[in-house]
Amino acid sequence: MSSKHLPLWEVFIRSRRGLDHKHIGSLHAADASQAMQSARDTYTRRQEGVSIWVVRSSDIHASQFEDDSAFFDPAADKVYRHPTFYDVPEELKL
Amino acid sequence: MADTSTPDALSRFEQTIAAEEKIEPRDWMPDKYRLNLLRQISQHAHSEVVGQLPEGNWIGRAPSLRRKAILLAKVQDEAGHGLYLYSAAETLGVAREEMLDDLLSGKAKYASIFNYPTLSWADVGAIGWLVDGAAIVNQISLCRTSYGPYARAMVRICKEESFHQRQGFEIMQTLAAGSADQKAMAQDALNRWWWPSLMMFGPHDAESAHTQQSMQWKIKRQSNDELRQKFVDQTAGQAAHIGLVIPDPELKWNEGRGHYDFGPIDWDEFNRVLAGHGPCNRARLAARRAAHADGEWVRDAMLAHAEKQRARATDAAA
Repeated sequence: MSSKHLPLWEVFIRSRRGLDHKHIGSLHAADASQAMQSARDTYTRRQEGVSIWVVRSSDIHASQFEDDSAFFDPAADKVYRHPTFYDVPEELKL
Repeated sequence: MADTSTPDALSRFEQTIAAEEKIEPRDWMPDKYRLNLLRQISQHAHSEVVGQLPEGNWIGRAPSLRRKAILLAKVQDEAGHGLYLYSAAETLGVAREEMLDDLLSGKAKYASIFNYPTLSWADVGAIGWLVDGAAIVNQISLCRTSYGPYARAMVRICKEESFHQRQGFEIMQTLAAGSADQKAMAQDALNRWWWPSLMMFGPHDAESAHTQQSMQWKIKRQSNDELRQKFVDQTAGQAAHIGLVIPDPELKWNEGRGHYDFGPIDWDEFNRVLAGHGPCNRARLAARRAAHADGEWVRDAMLAHAEKQRARATDAAA
């Protein structure tokens, strides 16, 4: 019996043309083509997708939860980036 | 997925388009479709990037902190829109560096309106109101383009663009309600930006080199003239609301057509500017080239830093 673990892969599915691929879950597989087949069998048994991406989980770099506030706060006080900040009569269609 | 031009692949491509479905990057597509898209998306990206320059001219001279923060945010958005579009173009198999080289060498085009100067603060208002207004009319239509990555970029851009037009209109509204001098400044800006804004939609349909094929492939969903008319119709009321006069004696509501009629566009001017002889063509490209050259040490430093981090990680592991 092998003592090696199969690496983890993240699966992204495009549910139909025109939409972005969306993360749907993960699975274990030895290489990309196995991951692709498993993804098909695991996540698209009911025609949930027209395209699949698989990415090694270790290749994904995520923002750190502890840094959340320092990372995202600068956008919080810039209300002028939203169209609702400007007072324009509705009928002018701006 | 077919990788050669078989009749099967072509008919599948055509069926996808006919069914109002999107073409995605790994689908087979005719070379001309790919090239047509590349030309349009990269030109669009270049326009976002060069479009930062006329407004950037006024960031340091904005009349208040509020206006300055807004203008900074807007110009930052334009840079972001350039990035979305370059990314969409890259899915067609062309490297970003290649597109940038084409821009800097003068081979690629960008919206000719950015070759006009921003002479007063009111020009910042006129650009937001008219130039972004015209861009939005075009971009809303392009949210339905047949190429998936382009359509998705357009949706994101349209969401962000709405504030651009409103902040510009607000500047014009404020100036128009101000002193006689301020109102005159707003009117002068409108006078100078009106016709170039109408030219942004490109030549009349009958003279447009790419329209027919682009419409057939649903890259473009509405013709230049349709979009131009839409822009005139919505802008006429906005100008009237703030008491400014659109510089076209022939502009008049046509009850029968249900649209505004408007006067002839000076296509000689359009062609002159497009050919490189507008007031600021050379200055814009020179500024882009200088910015690219001045940024080289930053790009080098990023690579050197990453290399150092890699070397350290390797040392630590050894």
